[in-house]
Amino acid sequence: MNLLNEILQTILSGISVGCIYGLIALGFVMIFKATEVINFAQGELMMVGAFIAFSLISFFHLSYWTTLLLTTLIMALFGMIIERVVLRPLVGQPIFSLVMVTIGMMIFFKSVVSMIPFWGTDTYGFGTPFTEKLVRYNEIIVSWEHLSIIILTLLLILALFIFFRFTKMGVAMRATSQNQLAAVYMGISVNRVFSLTWVISAILGGFAGILLSPITFVHMNMGLIGLKAMPAAILGGFYSIPGAVVGGLIIGVTESLAGAYLPIGWKDVAAWIILILVLVIRPYGLFGTELKKKV
Amino acid sequence: MRFVMKKKYYEDIRLFKYRSTFFWYLALVTGCLTIPIALDDYFISILTFICIYAVGALGLMLLAGFTGQVSMGHAAFFAIGSYTAAIITTKGGPLLLAIPAAGILAGLMGIIIGLPVLRLSGLYLSIATIALAFIVEEILVRWESLTRGNLGIYVESPSIGPLEFSSGISLYYLSFVVLIIVILLAKNILRSPTGRAMIAIRDSEVAAQAMGISLPKFKTTAFAISAFFTGIAGALYTYKISFINPESFTLLLSIEFLAMIIIGGLGSVHGAIFGAIFFVVLPNAIILTKDYLPKFVRDQTGLEAALFGLMIILFILFEPMGLYGRWLKIKYYFETFPLYKKDTFKREKSYQKVERQ
Repeated sequence: MNLLNEILQTILSGISVGCIYGLIALGFVMIFKATEVINFAQGELMMVGAFIAFSLISFFHLSYWTTLLLTTLIMALFGMIIERVVLRPLVGQPIFSLVMVTIGMMIFFKSVVSMIPFWGTDTYGFGTPFTEKLVRYNEIIVSWEHLSIIILTLLLILALFIFFRFTKMGVAMRATSQNQLAAVYMGISVNRVFSLTWVISAILGGFAGILLSPITFVHMNMGLIGLKAMPAAILGGFYSIPGAVVGGLIIGVTESLAGAYLPIGWKDVAAWIILILVLVIRPYGLFGTELKKKV
Repeated sequence: MRFVMKKKYYEDIRLFKYRSTFFWYLALVTGCLTIPIALDDYFISILTFICIYAVGALGLMLLAGFTGQVSMGHAAFFAIGSYTAAIITTKGGPLLLAIPAAGILAGLMGIIIGLPVLRLSGLYLSIATIALAFIVEEILVRWESLTRGNLGIYVESPSIGPLEFSSGISLYYLSFVVLIIVILLAKNILRSPTGRAMIAIRDSEVAAQAMGISLPKFKTTAFAISAFFTGIAGALYTYKISFINPESFTLLLSIEFLAMIIIGGLGSVHGAIFGAIFFVVLPNAIILTKDYLPKFVRDQTGLEAALFGLMIILFILFEPMGLYGRWLKIKYYFETFPLYKKDTFKREKSYQKVERQ
């Protein structure tokens, strides 16, 4: 019984970390579906979001929920600016250039954050309404911080699902991801779709940052977690929104199990080993469909 | 502008397009061999690093620039070459064994890893190679009986018989000679059927297959050759800095190699060299100019990385063909002096079309 509880406990904390991976992976998937680009700066978007939330709470003494709202707005603006300044001029260039630009942004954001006064290279934390509150069920103890991650992730995914299924803009985005030229002929503004894609990804990044910071704290290397979300996205198939979340959960749970029961070191590579296995056995992921290349 | 009438097929693939080109390169090589005698240790060390990174960048250029397979895990091959050379040298093996062994082992790893991974294309391959780089890094940390883990390995200066490479300048000559050999190898591979097949795969996989090119065979070959060159660069790197530990071979190194070939100019041998020069000179230029900068800027440790990231973005936005492309444009401007057209090098844009549900 004791062992079972321990395992359940490990799995639960894995799920909450997995939700973060899922959120970042969702950001990857959004941008990949629309533009076929993997945004390596997604983890850095999360870091920037976390830093903004930290400043709002610590320097301006705003409440948690106001901060959540304001960070979302600021991140939306940030995503829009990135798209307009860096990505828009590159539409139609080889994919590799676009990916490399996001890698450049990844390095740039990280070092710029380290230069900003009051942010810098130190580690920060901030209090949330969930800090130091626990939920107890039999012998399993879950902190509200972990629960809040799971609940907020679920709400976000629901919102995204409704957006893509029932709104006109969501349908336009799906159309653009299938065929840009046909979407243009149908009167969809592809530029606006791209812009919105980046806005949504940046918001997802900001959310992930706020949710993650009680667990790992706010520091300039937070973005590295973003790379771990890549196996999650691949596992889910890279085109599929539910797939990204499920992939994130699988990676999160595997990692926390590996951290608890395997020798040291396995935790860090577990995600990458899964990634290679998936790519070798089922390259189109759990939820993807095989794509045939046409000339 | 010169026009050469080609009468034989061989004239199309010879190493030097014009006879004068050969003499210019001869002059360049002579210059590189003689001038360092007059330089001090600091500049010789910069030149050595340029040679080392150029070898590695050339390896990645063959893969990414000429075969179209972007690897983001070249730090892994660099590390394998580095550790092979370090272990052989500390066990008392000769230099003439260590450097080729480093290359060959990295190349073999390239094949072993390449076979399953190369079924993938495009970005999936890039991500798989990232995974590879992380796994190799973790193995280097954990396999302590062989690699000494985080403690790292200290390497003594190598020697060929009585010839000892202990001073900066002798290491420079070693790296330079290796670089020349690697450049010649790369140039010759590129004009052979293998190289032609690689370029065909880059331009269109479907068309290449239709021409009877076996994709797995040539992709694996390209991966192996690329890993071989990068491994050799790793070996030279070991001798240059004489102390290695896993922290030198992170994802950042892979990204730096990619940045080198992009800044240098994708799809040209010159590009790899230009990229390496740019990459080595930039941080040193920052150090040299630091005294003249305002104090606030001077104290930033992230300055170098920020500039580096910015450079990648700016180059892709404004000079996608890189430094070599800029050099070609300047040359073309003067060759056709009053008649230069601005759009000579313009590339056509393409729309994406992915068929999926």
